[in-house]
Amino acid sequence: MDKPIGGLVRSHCVGTTAVVYASDYLNKLTGEKIERECRRQLDSGCRGLVIDFSDTQLVNSIGISILLGIIDIAEKNGARVVFSEVNGQTAALFEMLGLTRHVLLAKDEREALLNLSNYETPQIVH
Amino acid sequence: MEPSTQKLIHTFGALADLGQEIAGTGDFTEMVRTSLHLLLGTLALRRGAVAECIQEGSLRCVAVWGVGDDTLREWTISQAEMRELLDANASECLVKHSDKGFISRNHSGLTDAGIELVLPMIVRGEVTGLVLLGGKASGEDFSNADFDTIRAMVRHIGVGIHTHRLLEQVAQRAEENHRLYEELRAIYRDTVRAFAAAIDIKDKYTQGHSERVGRYSEIIAREMGWSEQEVEGIQIAGYLHDIGKLIVDRDIINAPYHIDAKQSSDLNRHPAAGYEILSPINHPYADIPLMAKYHHERLDGRGYPDGLTDEQIPMGAKIVSLADSFDAMTTDRPYRRRRSFEDVVRDLRQNTGTQFDGKVVSAFARAIFKEVNGEMKKRPITKMLGKGYLEGENVPTLLSDLIAELENGMRRVTSAGSE
Repeated sequence: MDKPIGGLVRSHCVGTTAVVYASDYLNKLTGEKIERECRRQLDSGCRGLVIDFSDTQLVNSIGISILLGIIDIAEKNGARVVFSEVNGQTAALFEMLGLTRHVLLAKDEREALLNLSNYETPQIVH
Repeated sequence: MEPSTQKLIHTFGALADLGQEIAGTGDFTEMVRTSLHLLLGTLALRRGAVAECIQEGSLRCVAVWGVGDDTLREWTISQAEMRELLDANASECLVKHSDKGFISRNHSGLTDAGIELVLPMIVRGEVTGLVLLGGKASGEDFSNADFDTIRAMVRHIGVGIHTHRLLEQVAQRAEENHRLYEELRAIYRDTVRAFAAAIDIKDKYTQGHSERVGRYSEIIAREMGWSEQEVEGIQIAGYLHDIGKLIVDRDIINAPYHIDAKQSSDLNRHPAAGYEILSPINHPYADIPLMAKYHHERLDGRGYPDGLTDEQIPMGAKIVSLADSFDAMTTDRPYRRRRSFEDVVRDLRQNTGTQFDGKVVSAFARAIFKEVNGEMKKRPITKMLGKGYLEGENVPTLLSDLIAELENGMRRVTSAGSE
């Protein structure tokens, strides 16, 4: 079930993987909300994070910094991060800045979950 | 899009955002935190911190990202270490092969925290803090272009911090000045009130007169829509209006009968004497000496000391004049008892236009009416007049009739003037 947080961040869990939806513009305000939601999911035991960028048009510098922070926290928690449905321009930016050394870019949420499932056994969707 | 073009656009966007952030007047810590994010995000640096020089040789982290909060908290730095960093170029500030004092002294702590580059924030030739940065997410080494970008952004952040601190100091001093000014005003008011009491002590029959004239004047001015500053000013003028009586013989002031012409002439010198006393003082309010000087002037020119007429008399003096007369009529004097309120209203009606200004009388009548009618939480006029004085059944009617009459009269004068 999608859970809107603060009116902006939607998320749901598939087994021990959380899918968090980024908004249309990933900046300080929205970035911090996503970061909080990712932290919450990791704290509650998630070991996989899918950040879905299907609605995201633009990611600015603060967005990049926050995403790196999420990757960092996930690594410290032994979790993996996959970005899904990243548009071409943003994918090129992630590539150029080296984020793709730390996360996989999946075509869509299904592919992202499939990728993470190689590392864990999905449980019933809740 | 070429990667180099995309990188350029990304960097320009970050610089624009940084400029906006630094120019903002929001929360200081938030400004530094956001600036750090912008710097880290521009080159995709995984961690970093901004430390500010808080006092001689002491640094405190204002913002940290990607490093445990406790890891980078407080640092010390000597003058020599600061000078070294001031002169160093960016590549000399790389933790892995820097021989700079501060970096080599803290080498293990910085390495453990994942810090790879330490750059000073320099404003007007002085180190105001440090920016500590981790490596690039790409794993690549910093290029010269990266150093240029980082240098530019660190300079921006340094100026931003310096400006915010200066503004904080200015605001703090302004607040302090405001507090001192308020204290001075309070001291001034208390001194004036003490003076008013001293003036009234000279006249055993009119004790509290100056204080009451101050309060009545304040009430009338407020009813007439004066600003708070002006209201405070006229209250002071009311307190001090009789200060010239200090030079009048006590026997004349306290004479238990009507005084003779000579004594009257002596007594009538008090407004001009008051002006002489008050003029050399730099009052925080306008025209106080003039209000004291002209509080016995009349609209018909038969007043003193200068025999001014209507338009020549300052409005403040007209207010103090009414307040003074009202208090004289409503308090006992050595040669008579105080007059009834009905009698006072009759006097006001008769003398409006010759002695008193209609607008002032009307405002005072409205203020009294509001108290009598229960429209006011506080009832200072009723309190000053004493229990029972305004409780007559006919009081509201007396006042409403007077108000209506004065306002109709004023309308007639206005329409006659415009014809």
